Amino acid sequence: MTSMTLGSGATAIDLKHVKVFYSDKLAVDDVSIPIYKNKITAFIGPSGCGKSTVLRAINRMNDLIPGARVEGEINYHGKNLYGKEVDPVEVRRRIGMVFQKPNPFPKSIYDNVAYGPRLLGVTDKRTLDEIVERSIKGSFLWDEVKGDLKKSGLALSGGQQQRLCIARTIAIEPDVILMDEPCSALDPIATQAIEELMKELVKSYTIVIVTHNMQQAQRVSDFTAFYSIRKAEETGGQERRWGVLGEFAPTEQLFSNPKSEETERYIRGEFG
Amino acid sequence: MKRYALNLHPNTFVRYQNRNLFSLYQWSTLKCLLNIVCDNTGLTPIHIRGQKQDMATTIEVKRKNGAIEAALANDASGRPRIEKRGRPFDDFMRYLLLACGTISVLTTLGIVWVLGSEALAFFTSVNDQGNVFSTVLGNLGNFLTGTQWQPGAGLFGIWPLLEATLMTSFMAMLVAVPLGLGAAVYLSEYASQRTRSTLKPVLEVLAGIPTVVYGYFAITFMTPLLQGVFGRDTVQFYNTASAGLVMGIMILPTIASMSEDALTAVPRALREASYGLGATKFETISKVVIPAGLSGILAAAIVGISRAVGETMIVALAAGAGPRFSFPPDFFVAAETMTGHIARISGGDLSYGSIDYQSLFAIGLALFIFTLLLNMLSRYVTNRFREAYQ
Ligand SMILES: Nc1ncnc2c1ncn2[C@@H]1O[C@H](COP(=O)(O)OP(=O)(O)OP(=O)(O)O)[C@@H](O)[C@H]1O
Ligand SMILES: [Mg+2]
Repeated sequence: MTSMTLGSGATAIDLKHVKVFYSDKLAVDDVSIPIYKNKITAFIGPSGCGKSTVLRAINRMNDLIPGARVEGEINYHGKNLYGKEVDPVEVRRRIGMVFQKPNPFPKSIYDNVAYGPRLLGVTDKRTLDEIVERSIKGSFLWDEVKGDLKKSGLALSGGQQQRLCIARTIAIEPDVILMDEPCSALDPIATQAIEELMKELVKSYTIVIVTHNMQQAQRVSDFTAFYSIRKAEETGGQERRWGVLGEFAPTEQLFSNPKSEETERYIRGEFG
Repeated sequence: MKRYALNLHPNTFVRYQNRNLFSLYQWSTLKCLLNIVCDNTGLTPIHIRGQKQDMATTIEVKRKNGAIEAALANDASGRPRIEKRGRPFDDFMRYLLLACGTISVLTTLGIVWVLGSEALAFFTSVNDQGNVFSTVLGNLGNFLTGTQWQPGAGLFGIWPLLEATLMTSFMAMLVAVPLGLGAAVYLSEYASQRTRSTLKPVLEVLAGIPTVVYGYFAITFMTPLLQGVFGRDTVQFYNTASAGLVMGIMILPTIASMSEDALTAVPRALREASYGLGATKFETISKVVIPAGLSGILAAAIVGISRAVGETMIVALAAGAGPRFSFPPDFFVAAETMTGHIARISGGDLSYGSIDYQSLFAIGLALFIFTLLLNMLSRYVTNRFREAYQ
């Protein structure tokens, strides 16, 4: 991994000068990073620096927030995701998302996982059964739930729910999976299960993960983007804050030899 | 704020049960010690300054806030006072609220009692002709199965009244449920924040219009409209369709508003999960939001039916006077609902204790049981179908 340098390997997504605004308030300024194919990219940085914002920009989840606006380009297979002709629904079918808080539908385990495939028009019971089983196995949840797929997804523990959400996401076989602090509500054992799962998944998917846990970033990710906060005094004494990309590098390099002092202070836990 | 100067020799040891625990030479030890001292004296250490070398230290300490100290004062022996004490205001409130609860339950029970006893009197009374009302069971049977309500002839079959009630309510639900749900979905899912915050209060105002206004509206607008569309020969001036449609308009805001609450309460996270899986807006609404809010929507519908069944003014004005049974149901002829009948008869000269008088209580009891069943149904349905989202 040490030999890995920036620019090696194919990129799945390319962010170019991405700025995100919430109701004309700049939230994140000028982020340019590649997301490499079949690699795990970690987003780290202090709270409020815009990690989730950038992540949600990648599958156009921010479209759902009134007043949110994205500038710059996010290129995916040579197409700008924010181009006029792009349908956000199609984008989200290819770039899936796992949220910070497990959010299974109040439906059965089976229906949770079958939700995405059904949207795509799969109606055949045998095919659905197969997809459901494969996805749940893929998220290492199968042994715990195989006896009772009719049980409500909400009846599972937090860690199981999160793995159900991952199963639900991989059921539609997206190219890219975005995970926003997927382990923040989980205990160390469930966290370990999810980390192992990510390492398994990355063989066939590209993963971006937001995490507050430096060890987790080091354990699982190949590349790390560190975001930090800039502040400016506005007229009237008010403070304006926005996030910027601090540093992007292969994880090992970023943690062992950070380029900026800010990064170093953050990864040593001195602020944030 | 008081300042205390502490001069401590570096080789002072803290002793506890004859063992030297730590040397004061350590700066952290000093802080720790001060915390212990402060804890036991009620002082709050604010800041500790000084040089590590000579241990000559200035400590700033502050007493606890006076008001808080007074409120949390210790008892005579110096222990925190945590025993139970009298709280007369709390006790008073408790009994006051208990009284409120009791009064509402008792009045309800009282009404049920009056309804029940008068209705029982009706079912046990033997009427002049003697032949119709022989036994309570026989009377009840006639009441529940009879298709004629002619007090003058001693015929007390509930069906003409019940049918009119069912017809107007059905008509009302036909209007109110789809339109109400549609309005609710629009408000919660499509409308901008601004539209919603202007339309929602309007809906709530609409829900508060007196029903007599709606009754008038039925006669002056809906009936002529129906007559214009279907012809004066088919549509009588008084008819259940007009009353039912207007009743639907009346309960529409209630259903829309309640359903909107149910839909808005569906967590954002569920919508995002659906969008994140590539669902369109309509798929998200129909497959996630509505199922998750279904119990609230059904509750709204049942409240709507209950209001329709109990609604009196509109049907009294627009549906007609005089019980009439039609099979198959004809929505364009006059009929009288249970409530409409009670309103008309009890408005006339009715002698206390007469069979006519008692018959009204039987209808009232039937109405009561009807709405009670609806309530039970709504409980069952909401428990059965809800997709609880925690
Ligand atoms: N829906 C929103 N509307 C307006 N402002 C928002 C919205 N979501 C986020 N922001 C603002 O954008 C900035 C970045 O938020 P974001 O949630 O991306 O931070 P984050 O890095 O994910 O923080 P955390 O680590 O706490 O999750 C914050 O200043 C936040 O207040
Ligand atoms: Mg976040």
